[in-house]
Amino acid sequence: MGTSEAFLPILLMLVIAAVVAVALLLLNALLGRKVRTKRKLGPYESGLPLLDVSRKRISVKFFIVAMMFIIFDVEAAFLYPWAVVFRKGGWPMFGEMVLFLGVLFLGFAYLWKKGAFDWE
Amino acid sequence: MDPLLFDAIAAIAKILFVWAVVLAALLPNLVLLERRGAALIQDRPGPNRVGPFGLFQALADVVKMFMKEDMVPIYADRLLYNLAPLIMMIPALTTFAVIPFGSQIPLTIGGVTHTIPLIIADVNVGILYVFALTSLGVYGIVLAGWSSNDKFSLMGGIRSSAQIISYELAMGIAATGVFLAAGSLRLPAVVEYQQTHLWNCIPQLLGCIIFVVSAFAETNRLPFDLAEAEAELVAGFHTEYSAFKFGMFFMGEYANLVAASALIVTLYFGGWSLPGLALTGLWGGIASIGIFAVKTFCFIWLFIWVRWTLPRFRYDQLMALGWKAFLPLSLLNLLWTGWLVLAGGGKF
Repeated sequence: MGTSEAFLPILLMLVIAAVVAVALLLLNALLGRKVRTKRKLGPYESGLPLLDVSRKRISVKFFIVAMMFIIFDVEAAFLYPWAVVFRKGGWPMFGEMVLFLGVLFLGFAYLWKKGAFDWE
Repeated sequence: MDPLLFDAIAAIAKILFVWAVVLAALLPNLVLLERRGAALIQDRPGPNRVGPFGLFQALADVVKMFMKEDMVPIYADRLLYNLAPLIMMIPALTTFAVIPFGSQIPLTIGGVTHTIPLIIADVNVGILYVFALTSLGVYGIVLAGWSSNDKFSLMGGIRSSAQIISYELAMGIAATGVFLAAGSLRLPAVVEYQQTHLWNCIPQLLGCIIFVVSAFAETNRLPFDLAEAEAELVAGFHTEYSAFKFGMFFMGEYANLVAASALIVTLYFGGWSLPGLALTGLWGGIASIGIFAVKTFCFIWLFIWVRWTLPRFRYDQLMALGWKAFLPLSLLNLLWTGWLVLAGGGKF
């Protein structure tokens, strides 16, 4: 079953899950208490009044992690098709992947030396 | 009966069966099991007041969540705030579609025997579908953190996204070893492979360990629950959520836990099969579901056990483990498996 028909049960599942989830939220909105006060609706600030904006700048470390993820995830995407047909390819295919991973490892070692993996 | 109609009915029956087991039977009682398990480990009684052994605690909790006030903070982004729990919940529930939960069941209707494979959708992309949906779940966490417009939520959401993408890499590459051995991305093919060969956890022990530990990080469970880290971030990305929207994050988390356990069993521990058992026919099919359930349950218990035993990682330790240890080790596991397949003389 490699055709799109095989995906129909998944579509069905997604639709049922979405309908049930939305229905549960609506039910909660109907049944739940409704006592709104300004204090209650304000953002949680450990009991203090809100002092400044909540959306502050984020440490650059998180952006570096995101960039590294993109790089290595693309490489992982290359590994999947290689792994599936590996048995047909034999040793030449193994050699190619060793070469590919070797080049990748150079980049990995460079990132490590530059301190991209350190959180300090 | 028209075969197309039969397929449709069988598909709906299987979806309902899986959800009945996971949602209605497992999830609420899993929460109870977690709390009773925690109590056992910490030498205290735990919730034992509602019904015999506290069995109705789960039911009481669900009713309570429905009756609580569903509110949206004034500074929140309304659309995304309401959407985030859905984005968390729906992928968590649909992950089960490609995991085979048993062998097959023959069913004779009107003299014609239909064989129902016990998997909801046997798609050829298999594991890629699982990884795609797990990645979607990250959006739920990030959007919840950002749209709440709260410092604790934002911090929890950002931390969690960085953590999940870091461990997703190692997890994906570790799983590649399994598909290299099986020669297919389909999860039923992985189970078939393990029926005729050793279970993957033996030749690929390294990959198995990486996958299991990464699964802890992916599901935001202790020792990797830095998205919540109640000592520093109150409740992390769901600080501003109440009532059933909070309940959806809660349920989504447990659904992810069950899915991760089922996936570990399927990839590394033979899925629904046991060595030396044929498991054909109606009773074989039913027995295979039982075997799969018991194996999955063992890993669910492992998740609970670890959560109440180990302390939380520091964030820099978490990142160092993911990038400096698991990423190169998972590539090593891949090369090792490739070498094993070629040099193992047809045994692997």
